[in-house]
Amino acid sequence: MRSSGDVTTLANASASGSATPIAQLRGITKRFPNVVANDAVDLDLFPGEVHALLGENGAGKSTLMKILYGFYSCDDGSIRIDDEEARISSPLEARKLGIGMVFQVFTLIPAMTVAENIALYVPALPVTFDARSVSQTINELGDKYGLRVDPGATVRDLAIGDQQKVEVLKLLVGQARILIFDEATRVLAPHEIEGLFEIFEMLKKDGYAIVFITHKMREVLACADRITVMKRGRISGTIGGRGATESALIELMFGGAVPDQVAKGGSEVLGDPILELQGVSTHAEGIGVGLRDVDLAIRAGEIAGVAGVSGNGQRELGDVILGLTACARGRRRILGADATSWSAGRIRSSGVGFVPEDSLGMGVVPWMTLAQNAALGNVEAYARHGGVSIDWEHVQRDIATSFDELSFEPLEAWVPVRTFSGGQLQRAVLSRELGRHPRLFIASYPTRGLDVRSAIATRRVLVDLRDRGGGVLLISEDLDELCRLSDRLLVLRDGRIVGEFLPHEIDRHKIGHLMTDSGGKDA
Amino acid sequence: MRRVWAKVVGSLKKGWSIAVARYAMILAIALIAYAAVLFLAGKDPIKAYADTFSFALGTSYGFSEVLVRMIPLLLTAVAVAIPSRLGLINVGGEGQLYMGAWLATWGAITFTSLPQSVFIPVLIVMGFVGGGCWAAIAGFLRARGWVNETITTLLMNYIAPLIVGYSVYGMWRSREVGSAAFPQTVAFPDAARLPRFFGTRVHLGLILGLVALLAFWFVMARTKWGLKMRAIGGNPEAARRLGIRLGLYIVVVMFIAGGIAGLAGMAEVTALHGRLRAGFSPGYGFMGFLISWLSGGSPLGILVMSFVLAIVFSGGTLLQITQGVPFSAINVLMAIILFVVLANPRFSLAVLKRGLTVRGRWQ
Amino acid sequence: MNWDLLLGVLSGTIMYGVPLLYTTLGEVIGQRAGMVNLGLEGILLVGAAVGFVTSSLTGNPWLGLGVAAVAGSVFNLAYGFLVITRNANQLASGLTVMFLGMGLSAMIGRGFVGGGSSGLARYQIPGVSLFSWATKSMFSYDLVVYLAFPVAVLVWWLLFRTRWGLSIRAVGESPSAAFAAGRRISLLKYQATMLCGLFAGLAGAHLSVALARTWSEGMTGGRGFIAVALVIFSKWHPLRAIVGAMLFGGAVTLQLQLQAHGAAISPFVLNMIPYVLTLGVLLAWGGARRFAAPGGLGRVYSGEE
Repeated sequence: MRSSGDVTTLANASASGSATPIAQLRGITKRFPNVVANDAVDLDLFPGEVHALLGENGAGKSTLMKILYGFYSCDDGSIRIDDEEARISSPLEARKLGIGMVFQVFTLIPAMTVAENIALYVPALPVTFDARSVSQTINELGDKYGLRVDPGATVRDLAIGDQQKVEVLKLLVGQARILIFDEATRVLAPHEIEGLFEIFEMLKKDGYAIVFITHKMREVLACADRITVMKRGRISGTIGGRGATESALIELMFGGAVPDQVAKGGSEVLGDPILELQGVSTHAEGIGVGLRDVDLAIRAGEIAGVAGVSGNGQRELGDVILGLTACARGRRRILGADATSWSAGRIRSSGVGFVPEDSLGMGVVPWMTLAQNAALGNVEAYARHGGVSIDWEHVQRDIATSFDELSFEPLEAWVPVRTFSGGQLQRAVLSRELGRHPRLFIASYPTRGLDVRSAIATRRVLVDLRDRGGGVLLISEDLDELCRLSDRLLVLRDGRIVGEFLPHEIDRHKIGHLMTDSGGKDA
Repeated sequence: MRRVWAKVVGSLKKGWSIAVARYAMILAIALIAYAAVLFLAGKDPIKAYADTFSFALGTSYGFSEVLVRMIPLLLTAVAVAIPSRLGLINVGGEGQLYMGAWLATWGAITFTSLPQSVFIPVLIVMGFVGGGCWAAIAGFLRARGWVNETITTLLMNYIAPLIVGYSVYGMWRSREVGSAAFPQTVAFPDAARLPRFFGTRVHLGLILGLVALLAFWFVMARTKWGLKMRAIGGNPEAARRLGIRLGLYIVVVMFIAGGIAGLAGMAEVTALHGRLRAGFSPGYGFMGFLISWLSGGSPLGILVMSFVLAIVFSGGTLLQITQGVPFSAINVLMAIILFVVLANPRFSLAVLKRGLTVRGRWQ
Repeated sequence: MNWDLLLGVLSGTIMYGVPLLYTTLGEVIGQRAGMVNLGLEGILLVGAAVGFVTSSLTGNPWLGLGVAAVAGSVFNLAYGFLVITRNANQLASGLTVMFLGMGLSAMIGRGFVGGGSSGLARYQIPGVSLFSWATKSMFSYDLVVYLAFPVAVLVWWLLFRTRWGLSIRAVGESPSAAFAAGRRISLLKYQATMLCGLFAGLAGAHLSVALARTWSEGMTGGRGFIAVALVIFSKWHPLRAIVGAMLFGGAVTLQLQLQAHGAAISPFVLNMIPYVLTLGVLLAWGGARRFAAPGGLGRVYSGEE
């Protein structure tokens, strides 16, 4: 198949409406301290078509587009917009050239209204203005492209899907002609994803050039007119959307060596419940959501998956199990004992482990070393003489043992963990947690942002834990991952469990509708 | 193992020498800036500094006076440094110092018949508890997530001297001759006076300060509580998830810190003055804050900086007498030093990180 | 009911509330831009000293006010530099400015302690003189006081009806979002800093030149901290700040009036009132407050910054 670095000519010329590219990237190279993110990349973007940029996490797709958007500056290479040389040194300049980007993390201001957020992007906003004058424009654009939002609503109160619409409106109001979407479907339910593709169709007709960055093949096949595959910072190939097949894409993405996905055997005879939540409710904190009347049991030897749109109580669920939040109502039982009034420390020492949503921000002390973080995982076990000293040699031995058990490559124990890569950090956290041989394990978005190898290693670890009789709660936004790994799949919305599925019952659309509380408009 | 030890000692030394060089640079910048301020105020800075240094280091009386000044600075600096390891900013040294003095005064004038061997420990406890409780209030409010401890301790700094003033002018007021003009409490019994050394005014407080400093270093570097505290400072969210009880640590640490500052207050009134007067502290609490920030919270840095600032401070009193510079001009010097430290986060943060990471390696 | 006392308090409330109002308005702008300035006390003192000295030397109180406002504006740049350009801890930077202000003001005002000034011309609210109980000094204020209320409205309009105000609020809520929208964060923050200093300098000068008509070290007595609390109390809204400032102005006046009427409360206890009240306000808003604050600030207040 194609070797990396070649740019294929179009397999299907009728994929795009126009033959003149609106943007041309030539020889783009970008180096970061540990990695070459983009290596002499060439790319053409055409108006009136959806151009998908496909590749696994870390392939360099996001970086490339951020260079186009002026977020990064390239070390080498050139960009031409409308066939003119362009120097894009900031997002402001990119927007002046008509380039707009919707990021994975929205740049909206939650406390302000939709109109105020969009007003910030109106090019010639008068010195004195009333936000209401912007509302008219918002309504017009909303009607035209199916991006209907209430201009007077506070962004904080909007559902994520609607917030994304505001992001798009921002770009349209700012007169962008190239719209870049970075992993836009990560936060959407299946039917919302279809809605997004419909919006793409409408925008396409008016000549907008849409770039759709993703690592999901299925989505690419559903909406793209042109597909460019990236692998390790280089273009693997470009093919037309109409005739593309999954195998062709896999070939381009992985060069023939498809990584083994984790094989999960059928569940063994299930053991006793390790965790039971009975009618648990919690108080909402600030912008969070309170859990409402949650009944959940996890038995030994099972993985319970939790699907849901981010912000519907996932964090609260994890927190209440770990004992970080008190049960306002209901009971919490761990290994048969009533743990409703236990502190987080006590719950942890009874055999509960976790890997958090954001390991660097929530799971480790960044400037501390691997050894210190490992010691913190179980301080009492390493304290000597009543706490007056710590047995560091024991800590080191345990680290080595744990890495060995998990078949992880060893890591340097005396350097600050913030120097680790995402995958290395995740392994460090897993080793610390699993080294204690927990019975119950709470995994929150454990593979988010990881490269394929690290993601697979993480999933394997979870399955191994389950096979050895542990219970796992897997919270994830990756429906594929959940479907593949869960022995039972629960759907969480607004702090309630609104659905439960066994593996053979799983219906992605049904789940999607449960996630967003929309009556199934389509099957 | 020996190799590890040698590597560690080597990097320790390197870390310290760089740190010392940086402290020296900060001080130099600050002293030059202050000289400029003095000059603009029409004073002769060279003479001012010369007078200060010759007095402080040239005469044995001067030197002992520097040590006397150093005692409260040492204590209040530790009172700021300990919470800083948890990420807490304790500006309340001044208020905690006053409350320690206040409670110790109550003890001194109430239990008048105790022998010295009992009295002194009682007073130490009183001083500690007075300052400790005062700080614990702020700690509690912070632990509950209600108010930032910086703001609370700062406000409480203004309330504490008023409490002292109220007591001195009111219920504890001395009726002795000459006290009408200068309100103060009755003199403490002799048994309540902290012992002094070698006929100078250097008193037991110095031992207290050095013990506090040593304990601070040891607990932080070696013990399990120190590791947990540093984890809280490094990433409170992660610490919480690992089962560390944030609220408890915050309150206890603030209590201990306030207690140490309280000891400073207790020491001042029992060792030096022998009675409680309103406004007896010329800002020791704030200077302790400055010292801790200047030295990045490192114990050795605190020792050095307290000494240096004690020299500068005795210079301040001297300046007031010889050159008529108002005492609050010292505030300007403090501000300049703080400014220099804050304006160079890269290198002062690096000092802090190096100090902490090196200690990390030592585990 | 002691009418004398009541009227005295009413009249004094506005008098004492206005410097607080100006200071609070300035800090509202600063906090809306994402900066908490504990050094307000220092700026007030510098404004008071500079204002008094200038008007004493030149004989022109209005010039004193003007120079003090400029001085406050420039002085606050020290805070701005630390927080904006060097990215230093806000609370510590505020303390730096506080110390600097305390020291500088003492040095500037050294030769003028206890001196007197003629103050600003005062005009009584029209119609008050018709009432028999009204003395000549009651409800009689200078122009700066009268301007306070329109100025508060002006600040509201500035923040909520102008492009500049939108940008400032965006910076305070989410610097990353504002940056993504092409706003120049540092410039906007510096502008807010200078405005904040301007208001505080003016307020301080008004205190020394027009209200107390003298200078003494530390005469602002914690008003700078009260202003920070007032900003929270008024939920970062300029118009609500009027209510808060009047409330505290009333507390101060009450304290003075009680003392003047020979109330048997120790002056020490009375002096505690502003600080205790401030703590009370901060407590009353508790943990929920942090979600009402401009996005970037909540963390500063609850201690995570």
